[in-house]
Amino acid sequence: MKKRLVSLRVNGAEHEIAVPPWRTLNDALREDLRLTGTKKGCGDGDCGACTVLLDGRSVVSCLTLAVDAEGCDIVTVEGLAPGRERLHPVQQSFIEKGAIQCGFCTPGMELSAVFLLGKNPSPSEPEIRAGLSGNLCRCTGYAKIVEAIRDAAARGTGGRS
Amino acid sequence: MPAARFEFLSPRSLAETLEILSRYGDRARVLAGGTDLVPKLLRGTLRPEAVVSLRHVEELRGLTFDPDRGLSIGAAVRHAEVMEHPDVRAHYPALVHALSQLATVQVRNMGTIAGNLCNASPCADSAPILLAREARLEIGGPAGSRSLPLSEFFLGPGRTSLAAGELLTAIRVPPPAPRAAFAFRSISGRSRVDMSAASVAAMVRLEDGRIAGARIFLGAVGPTALRAPRAEEVLRGGVPDDALLAQAGEAAAAESKPISDVRATAAWRRRMVSVLARRALAEAAERARA
Repeated sequence: MKKRLVSLRVNGAEHEIAVPPWRTLNDALREDLRLTGTKKGCGDGDCGACTVLLDGRSVVSCLTLAVDAEGCDIVTVEGLAPGRERLHPVQQSFIEKGAIQCGFCTPGMELSAVFLLGKNPSPSEPEIRAGLSGNLCRCTGYAKIVEAIRDAAARGTGGRS
Repeated sequence: MPAARFEFLSPRSLAETLEILSRYGDRARVLAGGTDLVPKLLRGTLRPEAVVSLRHVEELRGLTFDPDRGLSIGAAVRHAEVMEHPDVRAHYPALVHALSQLATVQVRNMGTIAGNLCNASPCADSAPILLAREARLEIGGPAGSRSLPLSEFFLGPGRTSLAAGELLTAIRVPPPAPRAAFAFRSISGRSRVDMSAASVAAMVRLEDGRIAGARIFLGAVGPTALRAPRAEEVLRGGVPDDALLAQAGEAAAAESKPISDVRATAAWRRRMVSVLARRALAEAAERARA
């Protein structure tokens, strides 16, 4: 079966790629667009390492078909920082609070945090933990991740900068 | 098995969607949130000729509440959209709770209630509460549209009464009734992220402090969500105190038909039904009093 030309809007830029309909958004981002900040973990929607924002909502890119993301606004971790000199407040807080160990879950964690803070700018600790229900950290560094998100919330700059 | 290979269709209207589905019949699969369908396509356990996305079908995106007509949830509406809707939060708290127990933030941002129902998993978390609320389904198809009580929809695990070429277009939930209230309880063998190993939805209607009517549905303890009529009978006319609710819980457990699988043993599931039923009934009775 033929590949389809698909136009993906990623971090504000339009990209045209030719993909078969069964290609996941995760593979399209990583392999076709070389945006490898989005990780590929379980490939089954459980670990959240592949989380991206699709029209403002956090989704797992491993269960999203690239062809079905056409016409949607996609934000990956590469699109969070407002510029080369400045990080997104959530990223800054992750660094300052040491919320990173191996780093594999970090992009997904940060996008889940951005989604959470966009809906709820001052979440309680249980709300932060519930907001991370779809993201696994195999280093089990959750305490610092929760602390970083609380810190980002305190800056009052939770959503997209 | 290698991933399925299929044609991808993304219709822009309901008419176009129904036209495609009637042309392909059971050779097409409908893609709503994708959280159930896409893993099966990637594993190759489902190999349809065509996948039809509902993402851009505006007519299926409606979510409306009317005090006289109740709630209408379009087939492409995501769980999270239902949970966030102010009228749903005000009038359907047990539905909001059931959806909040379902999977993860991301899955709730993707998945739809229509997809959860059409997948017909015995442990679908939206089924028991929508059955207790006497939801109806709007179905479109080659022979026109029809409306069906949800209670007639499930035929078995993964099997529904949708015919080839038919599409579940909307779920209609009746408006709140006076002195009647609902509650939902579920448990999984691990964390809340895992699928439910047992769940109970309950409705209690009070008159002068006594139970004038009750409905109890059990999830994940039978081939489809099950009604527990003997437990409902135990409650009729009684005062909802601890002893009566415990008795109803035991009756519900006796009516459940659980199996042992990777998630839990049948014996544990049955015990959990009695606990969950007692707690759901207590919460529903409390809400009905308020």
